[in-house]
Order: sequence, then structure tokens, then C-alpha cells
Amino acid sequence: MRPFSPRNLAAGFAASLSTLALAGTTTAANAADVNIYTSRQPELIQPLLDAFTEETGLTTATIFIDKGLEERIAAEGANSPADLIMTVDIGRLDAAKQAGVVQPVENDTLEANIPENFRDGEKEWFALTARGRVVYASKDRVDVDQISYEDLADPKWKGRLCTRSGQHQYNIALIAAYIAHYGEDAARDWVEGLRDNLARRPEGGDRDQAKAIFAGECDIAIGNTYYVGKMATNEKEPEQKEWADAIKVIMPTFDNGLTHVNISGVSLAKNAPHKDNAVKLMEFLSSDEAQKIYAELNYEYPVEPGIETSELVKSFGELKPDTISLDEIARHRAEASRIVDEIGYDNGPQS
Amino acid sequence: MSATHPEKVPLPARIRLRRSSDTPFVAAAVFVGLVVTMPLMALVWLALSGTSENWAHLAGTILPEASWTTLLLMAGIAVTAGSMGVVTAWLVATFEFPGRRVFSWALVLPLAVPTYIAAYCFVEFLHFAGPVQGTIRALFGYQTSREYWFPDIRSLWGAVLILSSVLYPYVFLTVRMVFLMQGRKAGDVARTLGASQASIFLRILLPLARPAIAIGVTLALMEAVNDIGAVEFLGVRTLTFAVYSTWLNRGDLYGATQIALLMLVVIVFLVAVERFARRRQRFTLGRADRPVPGSERLGGGKAALAWLACLMPILLGFGIPFAVLADYAVERLDQLADPQLWRALEHTVVLAGTTGLVTIVASFFLAYGVRLTGSRRLILLTRFAVLGYAVPGTVLAIGILIPLAGFDNWVDAHMRATFNVSTGLLLSGSGFAIVYACFVRFMAMGHGSLESGFGKVSPHLDMAARTLGRTPGATMIEVLLPLMRPALLTAFLIVFVDATKELSATILLRPFDFETLATFVYQQTSRSAFEEGAVAALLIVLVGMLPVAILNRSILAETARS
Repeated sequence: MRPFSPRNLAAGFAASLSTLALAGTTTAANAADVNIYTSRQPELIQPLLDAFTEETGLTTATIFIDKGLEERIAAEGANSPADLIMTVDIGRLDAAKQAGVVQPVENDTLEANIPENFRDGEKEWFALTARGRVVYASKDRVDVDQISYEDLADPKWKGRLCTRSGQHQYNIALIAAYIAHYGEDAARDWVEGLRDNLARRPEGGDRDQAKAIFAGECDIAIGNTYYVGKMATNEKEPEQKEWADAIKVIMPTFDNGLTHVNISGVSLAKNAPHKDNAVKLMEFLSSDEAQKIYAELNYEYPVEPGIETSELVKSFGELKPDTISLDEIARHRAEASRIVDEIGYDNGPQS
Repeated sequence: MSATHPEKVPLPARIRLRRSSDTPFVAAAVFVGLVVTMPLMALVWLALSGTSENWAHLAGTILPEASWTTLLLMAGIAVTAGSMGVVTAWLVATFEFPGRRVFSWALVLPLAVPTYIAAYCFVEFLHFAGPVQGTIRALFGYQTSREYWFPDIRSLWGAVLILSSVLYPYVFLTVRMVFLMQGRKAGDVARTLGASQASIFLRILLPLARPAIAIGVTLALMEAVNDIGAVEFLGVRTLTFAVYSTWLNRGDLYGATQIALLMLVVIVFLVAVERFARRRQRFTLGRADRPVPGSERLGGGKAALAWLACLMPILLGFGIPFAVLADYAVERLDQLADPQLWRALEHTVVLAGTTGLVTIVASFFLAYGVRLTGSRRLILLTRFAVLGYAVPGTVLAIGILIPLAGFDNWVDAHMRATFNVSTGLLLSGSGFAIVYACFVRFMAMGHGSLESGFGKVSPHLDMAARTLGRTPGATMIEVLLPLMRPALLTAFLIVFVDATKELSATILLRPFDFETLATFVYQQTSRSAFEEGAVAALLIVLVGMLPVAILNRSILAETARS
């Protein structure tokens, strides 16, 4: 056999190209009643989309894009098939707004369901869930049950703190919130204090910090609430239950007694081809039914008041979300990112 | 293809030709070169079109440190991957020892393991709750990690080890070929003059293999430099990490592109220095030699040492990742019933296959154009064409997205105005865009294999064919294609394996509900549930192993035929 005879090559080439072209066109034609570009993992929103389809008969299609989502929509311009943009982190919602790839939505249902501090003043994004950025503390080695964000920089925690990279969007948002509360200089000192308390160089994800506490590498860590829920209920990797069991959740606070929350949210794309359907889905996502699914599915906090969190989340204690505007937090992100570099946070403890 | 109108094809003055029958081939080469360099051009345009207010900040804070880290990483990988590749290639090409046949193909296996998956697996394997530390604690009765010292794999040196373990096959593949084809004869001559194997290795084989080592190490370094998944997970702040934090956290795409292009300049400089240093040396063959494996038998202790030296890289680059993935996968075999997984597999294979074909056809025309003309400009274009591999994948994807979507919108506006039909997005957001991105990324592999393949075919053969009245087209089909079959196959398979692992460009450019195995794994890892992606990750490795097996069978077949 001569797999690379010119004839075979040409045939294989043609076959592959036509397969791809086919894939391309069928996908374009199938682009559903609502097309979603999402930086949330589809698995986390699919149950909601399924419920939506069941209720309305409208189909959905998703693309999971985490980096470059706004750039893609901007490049696609008027012909972009995107109807909705779903993202996590206020920074990404704001980036989409700043890039001019979204449009405002005037809608009474959304405004009734979502409290004011959880939606953009110019109606260009709407939060769907909230998650607290909290402290994981060792059950064995940490006695306190209350702590302020400021306290985390106190030298008494020297060599006892673990976090993921300071440049991770969740930490950037937290530092940006700190700037919003106390100003840039205070935030710089704070990040420096955190750095000096680190037990090791920042690395891994939030779960890895819980693991590090379990391993005895550190006593306290900063992480999102829902990871605790996921570890505690991980049937397939029971060792993660041990990590969750080694820690307790403490809700840290700013001076106002409130805890920093980040959000996941949704925006209507600027050139949404199916605008009406897309708004229907937005309404659905803010409804009781969808908010309940969110709460149970992913151990997040529903934004709609009156919807209960899951039992497990309740056991963390009450979350009192910070009321400072998310817009303002988003504005301080670039500054926060610079501080992290300047302090050399990601280089770890300087000793 | 040969009957066209040469006068209609505009060519730069320097590559205007003596024989018009060459023209279509040169035109094809120029076309390929331009298509491949277009995304880079788009990035240069992007970098120049905005000023970044972050430079002062960057220069004062992370850039010096990130540059230093990146240089250390590159140096570490050059040495580690280089010596892993060269030593193992020397052993399996020169000696006969138990297991040599198995090693000669198994040493390529780590190529099937993506760097980000290797990083996750190493950390799983070596972390506190993993098997290694667990055993240590059980043996010595420790309770927490504070009671004993254990090297931190999440460090620069950990990254060097992990990346080298999966990248050394590039060096192994290129160097082994040289040892097999040229080394034997030179070695035999040296032996009759009384040289020892060690001094043959140091004084003859190493210098002889230098271009091959340079090609292999360059590929490894380019992949290390564009990597973000592994270094981010390992907490190693390279320049690529700075590219992403500048872009995403400070909303500064211009600055990010500028850093990415700066990295390119450094790589171009390093490659140029290496080429300059051996500018007076020639490494061509008088005639095409058949590869011959070595037959010097090793006994006893030496055989055991050789055996160990070959086993170690395989254990590191393939054994550990495979074991960790398999351990997770057996708990999740139910995922095999998920039709999504099989669609992802199908997409992966079709994409990788198409990318492989497109890349070898394009590389062939590019290399043939250079061979026909020897034009310096074309050679320069070629040097640029292979740079796509050193750009962080997502950034490169932006360089593809902008011109493609721009073209689509232009066509659409035109069609609307003229025929009142909307064509929408034809190329961007389709399989085409992904294949284009992979093609640009992996051109370096395709071109490297074909360039060295052409190097082994004496130009006298072309001249003879042309003297006998064959056109360039006929020469290509009757003489070159048959002779180049092994090189074409190698190029196809390496590009196929790499395209199987491709993640960052695919994820940004794909159409709706289009998953490949790599994006499937990434979805899980990005929500800190790597273990849920283990089955898909294992499938990536298995799909990548197939070409590796074919590759070796064909090389061994060549060997046997001689």
C-alpha cells in the first residue's frame, strides 16, 4: 500500500475538507433559538437550559470560551451569532460592557427579580448568582470564628496563609473591593501583609488550598464558598471529603460587617439575532424556578431574595453580601492587578 | 497545475525565474508563506495600533523577573530535554541491548501527553495525598507535611522536569534519524581508527547531530514558551503568564500582544545565533543513505545502565501521566457511554487529520519553492512562517479571528449590497478557522520534517530529472514524492499528534456545541475537577499513541529494508 501516493493524498484532503465544511454549515444552520457564548462551564448551566427548553420549547446552543470571549464577539461584529453572554466574575461582565459588545435591556421582570446592587446601573449586565470569597480555616489549628479581611494581613498569621495566584480573577476582584473600601495605599499595604503571611508561593486552585490545610501546609486560606460544597459532596473522590472536613468556613468582613461577593451573570449581545428569545431566557434565569436550580446545583447563592440556599451552604453560616457597587469594584481591577505585580505577591513570602 | 499564465502571477523581483515552468510552484510557495504569516502580521498590526500604558509598570515590576524565569525555563528544558533526547537516541541507534526494540518506539510515547495534562498528573502523583508522599508517611510515621522535607514539584525546576519529560521526543526523533543514517558510517570509520564509543559519541556524533539537536530543542522550547496551562498550574510566572494577566486583568490586549511579539524576537534571535555559529558547516549527504541500527552488543552492567537510561524518560513522560489518568478513569468508565465524548473524539480525529494533511501539503510546496529557487526572500518568508508555534495559542487565535471575521464581514456586506443575500460568517467560527489556527501553529513541525527530508535527497536527482526533460511538476510526482514518503509521513504524524492535543486556539475559534477531547478536558479542569476529565484525557493520549506506533513501524520498516 502507498498511503502517500498523490491520488490518495488528494482524496483524503478533499474528504477531510468536505467533512469540516459540512460540520461548519450544519452547525451554523442549527444555531439554535438562543445562542450563548459562555465562560461558565456548560455543565453548570445545562440543567437550567434544559429546564428552559422544556418550558418554552426554545432550543439553546452554547460555546464555552474563557479567554477572548469579548474579542471574538467584537471581531464577528454585525454578523455575530451570539445572543447571550454568560460569564463568571464581575471583571468579565464589565470587560464585555467596556468592549461595547453588549446592549442594555429594559425589562420589568429582571428588575423585579434581581436586587439593584446585583445589576448594572446602565442595564447592560445582570447577576444571576453570587458566591462569597471567604476564609477556609483549619478546624484543628484555628480557634477564631470571626475574622476581618484586614486581619488576614496581621503578622499573627505569618507562615500560615495559602491562596491561589494573586492574578486570578477572584483574588483581583477581592483586592479591587479592598481598594474600593480603603483606598489604594491601604490595599497595597494589605496585599504586602498577605504576601508576608503566605506559607508558600501561591499556586493551584481554591480546592488545592483546602487540600493544603488538610496536609498541614497552612492553617488558613482564601477561597470561594461553592468549592467547599463540591468537595464535601464528591462521591467519586472521597478524599476530597476529607479536605472539606479539615476546614471550617469563616465569613470574613470589611469594616461595614459585610462579606465580599463575586457574581456570575448574563448580558444581551449587541447584535443578538434572536433578541426576544434571548430576553425570555434572561427572564427565566432570574425566575424562582431557575434560581432554585442554581442554589441546589452548584452551591451558589441565588441573587433573588427569598430563595433558599442549599442545606450545605446554610451550614457555612449566614452570608451578608457587601453592598458596595460591583461597578466600582470592576473599575479598580487594573489597579489591583498592578499592585499584585508590584508587591510580588505571586513570588510568595519574602524571607 | 503547470499550465498557467506566469506573467499574471506577481512575484518579487528577486525570485523571478529563469524557467517559467517553475513559476506555479514558486507562486504556491509564496502563497503558503503569506497565508501562514498573515496571523502574525495581524498581531504585529494589533501591537502597533495601540499604545499600552502598562509598559512602565511592566518594565518596573514583573518583566525582568518573568524574562529571567522564562530564560531559566528555556535553558533548563534545552539541557534536560536535549540530553534526554540525545542520550536515548544514541543508545537505541548505536547499541544492541535487551529491550532496545521496544524502547525505540516507546521513547516517543510521551509526545502523546499534552503538557497541561502532564503537569496535573505529576502534581497528583507527588502531592501530599498522592502515592509517593503517602508511602513516605506510612514508612516513617509522619502526620503532616511540616514534619519532613519533600521537593516541591510546583516550582521552576518542577516545570523543567515535567515539560522536558513530554517534550524530549522532538529531540529524540530528529536526532535518532541522524544517528541511524549518518552516524553508523562515520562511527565505523572512527572505530577502525581505534576510537572508543564514548569518544565517537562526543567527537563525531554530537557535532554531526548538531542541526538535528537544534531543530528538536527549538521545537521543545517553542512549545514551552507558548505554554500557559502547565506553567500557570505550577505557579511559574513566565512571560506568557504576563501576557495573559496584562490582557485579561488589565484589559490591555495591545500590551499583551507586544509582550508576545517580544518573546518571538528573542526566539528568532536565539535561532539566528545558533544558525550563525554553524554557518560554515555543511551537513548534507553525498547520497541518500538507508538508516542502519547499531549492533554493538552491550552486556551486563552496561546493558542495565542503558536499559535504565531509556526507561526513566518513558516512566516520567508517559508512565506517571498514564497511571494517574487510568486510576481516575476506571472509576468513571460510565462516561464511555456518553455520546458527547464520542463526538468529541470524532471531531478531534477529523481536525487532527485535516490539519495534518493541510500542513504537509503546504509545507511541501513551501520547501519545494525554496529548493527550486534557493531564493533568499523565500527562505526568509519560510523562517517567519514557522514562528506561529512560539506564540501563546489564544493570542495567535486572536490574530486569526480578526482577519477572518473581517473578511467574512466584508464579503457579507458586499453580497448584501450586490445580491441582497447575507452570507454571514463563512470562515470564522467554523472548522476552517480551527484548522487554519492549528496549521499555523504546527507549521514548524511539518516544515522541520520536510526540510530535513529534502536535505537528504540530493539535488542532483532533481537536476537529472530536469535534464531528462521532466517539468518541475513531473519531477515532483515521479522523483521527489516517492523519495520523500518517509519525511511526509513523519511530518503528518507529528502534526496529527500535536493537533490532537491543541486546546487554546480551538477553544476560542470553535463553532456552537463543538467539543474536541482537549476542550472536554479543559472544561473539567477549569472548574477544578480534573478527575472528571480523566477519561477524555486518556483518549487524547490513546489517539496520540496510534500515530506514534505507525511512525515507528514505518521507520523500523525503512531500517529493515536496508
